[in-house]
Amino acid sequence: MTWYAFFGALEQGFAYGLMVLGVYLTFRVLDFPDLTVDGSLPLGAAVSAVAITAGVHPYLSLILALGAGFLAGMVTGILNTKFKILHLLASILTMIALYSINIRIMGRPNMTLLGKNTILDPFYAMGLSPSEAAPILFGIVSLLAVIFLIWFLHTAFGLALLATGDNKQMITSQGVNTHRVIIFGVGLSNGLVALSGAMICQNQGAADVNMGVGTIVAGLASVIIGETVFGSRSISRAIIAALLGSIMYRLAIALALGLKLGRFSFTPSDLNLITAILVVAALTLPQVRARFRLK
Amino acid sequence: MKKLTVFLVILSLFCVAPVVFAGDKYTVSVNQIVEHPALDAVRKGFQDMLKEKGYDVTYNVHIAQGNISTANLIAKQILGEKPDLVLAIATPTAQACAQVIKKTPILITAVTDPVGAGLVASLEKPGANITGMTDMSPVDRQVELIQEFIPGIKKLGIIYNSGEANSVSILEVLKKESAARGIEVEEATVTNSSGVTQAAKSLVGRVQAIYIPTDNTVVSVFEAITKVSIENKLPLFAADVDSVSRGAIAALAIDYYQMGRQSGLMAERIFKGAGTSDMPVESLLDLKLYVNPANAKDMGVKVPESVTKRADEIIK
Repeated sequence: MTWYAFFGALEQGFAYGLMVLGVYLTFRVLDFPDLTVDGSLPLGAAVSAVAITAGVHPYLSLILALGAGFLAGMVTGILNTKFKILHLLASILTMIALYSINIRIMGRPNMTLLGKNTILDPFYAMGLSPSEAAPILFGIVSLLAVIFLIWFLHTAFGLALLATGDNKQMITSQGVNTHRVIIFGVGLSNGLVALSGAMICQNQGAADVNMGVGTIVAGLASVIIGETVFGSRSISRAIIAALLGSIMYRLAIALALGLKLGRFSFTPSDLNLITAILVVAALTLPQVRARFRLK
Repeated sequence: MKKLTVFLVILSLFCVAPVVFAGDKYTVSVNQIVEHPALDAVRKGFQDMLKEKGYDVTYNVHIAQGNISTANLIAKQILGEKPDLVLAIATPTAQACAQVIKKTPILITAVTDPVGAGLVASLEKPGANITGMTDMSPVDRQVELIQEFIPGIKKLGIIYNSGEANSVSILEVLKKESAARGIEVEEATVTNSSGVTQAAKSLVGRVQAIYIPTDNTVVSVFEAITKVSIENKLPLFAADVDSVSRGAIAALAIDYYQMGRQSGLMAERIFKGAGTSDMPVESLLDLKLYVNPANAKDMGVKVPESVTKRADEIIK
């Protein structure tokens, strides 16, 4: 792996890290399997791209994207709590609806940002190259998100969120309105996902309606890699592990891209297979090590 | 005599040396969005052309397996490979490369609308390190071909993926070209391949023929439309030649292999030092006409003699 590829993986790991934090929030904290993310990631990208093209400041466009994602998540939450639709189906419905909505927002399936202002411009102005600026900025943003989430989950409302996922009956008997907690929690999760989509589209130079395909798969993989490798004993540890899991997942892809074993060469179509094998290796390594230590 | 031999050896070294050491050795990194017969054909054509021209090229081929985030990682990977030229096949990969690679020349190919995708400033003067070839379908001539088969056609159906930027660009042109010829376009959209049969059925009774553009999602399940077309005697036309053996009556189309070869010629010019910023984006003038009379019979139309005569290939 070259340095460019390594920093590229870091950058992608951080940028998608926000999405992974969002998935962690629904999947682990709320115990709410949420597929909305496949739609809210491109939603954030679409909103940000349209806003920037209309002359809105790139940083302001991030906030608009966050808001849009929050609304999308709220829709899923409302469908689930108020309309009594099973969480999985509620999120699928929002996800498929977002496909059409995203094309409506952009007016076409793909919107270019090449040559437009982006959140990275201030860093370029400081003399940083694109391969340095992106990991730094995305690293800062995802660290801020990690700090925010750790703080948030220790507030009274955050604890209610944790309790709703753990034991709904108990928290209801404490007088907490779980509907409100779920709607807010899924909203916050999708806000983070949309923010991630907005940053990704500015970094890759285009928003595309298909860029969300497979988001939930990458999100779940990252969360689980993170907690297997780095543990989840406390909330703070689990949140940091989710972000690290995202980086490990992207590093596995980068490693698979650059892999050459002597004269045996993989065909380009083996990429997903190699990525899967590398992830399996990363997941089983701690177990193997533990077993040797026991002996 | 000895002196002469030494002299000759030295002389021959001088003659051979430039050939050996100039040794046209290049590295080309490829970023391709997905494995697909048309896109693979482009790559093969490109490689064949450079090989025929005697270039010794090492290829780093990367395929994003349909995943845009992987296409971005590949762009970074290519930055580290420091190739002499980047070949970006299809729109999303071209955009990913354009954002990351600012110095190395990028040759884009199989991109329908390079200006709309923000890749080049204009087709005549790209303006930066990017140039290449567009695969915009010759929609005007395709509509004329359909009219040759069905002279009084008033309503033409199209099935496409509303999420594919290329298809949406083609639709715009199709509407314009059809309107100019008094034909109304009926659209049926899909978001993935599993919706194609349903989309085809929705057109039955509303149109006199179906046109399938170069849409990756729809073309991947072409047989599903063939089935609906035969059952309902609804003539089916394609915009790529491969689909003619999968059920289309005829296709007047870009030959993607030829497109790759022409891209190879552009690469040669870049190797020889031509700048990309004022090398115009090219398109393929040479089109291929494929006809399948058996399909025509199944769908209730006759192949006009004028078409049979000029067809490049008649599929049996």
